[in-house]
Amino acid sequence: MIPISWFLIFSAALFCIGLFGVLARKNTIGMLMGVELMLNAVNINLLAFWAYRYAGQMNGLVFVAIVFAAAAAEAAVGLALIISVYRRRTTVMADELNLMKG
Amino acid sequence: MITGLQAFFLVNALITLFAAVKVVSSRKLVHAALWLVLALMGVAATFAMLGSRFFSVIQVFVYIGAIATLIIVAVMLTRNSMEDVGPQVNRGWWLPLVVVVLLFVGLVVVLSGWGDFGLSTRTVGAEGENVMELGKALVDPNGFVLPFEIASALLLGAMVAAIYLATDRKEGKR
Repeated sequence: MIPISWFLIFSAALFCIGLFGVLARKNTIGMLMGVELMLNAVNINLLAFWAYRYAGQMNGLVFVAIVFAAAAAEAAVGLALIISVYRRRTTVMADELNLMKG
Repeated sequence: MITGLQAFFLVNALITLFAAVKVVSSRKLVHAALWLVLALMGVAATFAMLGSRFFSVIQVFVYIGAIATLIIVAVMLTRNSMEDVGPQVNRGWWLPLVVVVLLFVGLVVVLSGWGDFGLSTRTVGAEGENVMELGKALVDPNGFVLPFEIASALLLGAMVAAIYLATDRKEGKR
């Protein structure tokens, strides 16, 4: 049987890679991809704790379902924002979106 | 001694992490999006290994079927100006790298102090999760009907907002 620690370390690594993408990428769509990786890492964690500790309860599964819904909403609104910005500024690079700079 | 399941987990984890690194480091954004599909597939396999068949399938439907497709379409729509030759990460990219490595080490240290870190017996049976119980819990007034309804309102609001934001109003007047 696989120890829970393997899943936890795997998801920690995935979360950190996604966080690096969010912090370092120039392209806003690349940043959104990093967010998706982070949300996936969170889901692995939730399901790992559910499977090893609380399989009789529904709390963990409901939480995973809500994270799925939030991720879908986030991707839809985020990409719509990016396309809207691209239409006005013809760029999606985060460092060129300085319209509100003081 | 490594069993077959453990070996499969390790191979899958390596593939997924490699794909994730390619997602954040690929120069071409379309390639990054395709690597993202592979990473999401690896996560779906991990869900299946955790005994959650339902969410493994949902992962393929929602993430690979919908979100990854949406991202690929968005990459194609916003293409021309971002010639793929320039650097794709910020000048100070080493600072996030240091932060992320420190965070990973910190997470592992904190987790390894947890008493059940080496836990390897599961409470989930071979039959996986009980989807019928999950469905009942989602609409049970004593269960999770409120988060469920809030999630549906969130999805509806997100859909309306996405349509509003992405509509080209100048084109409508013409």
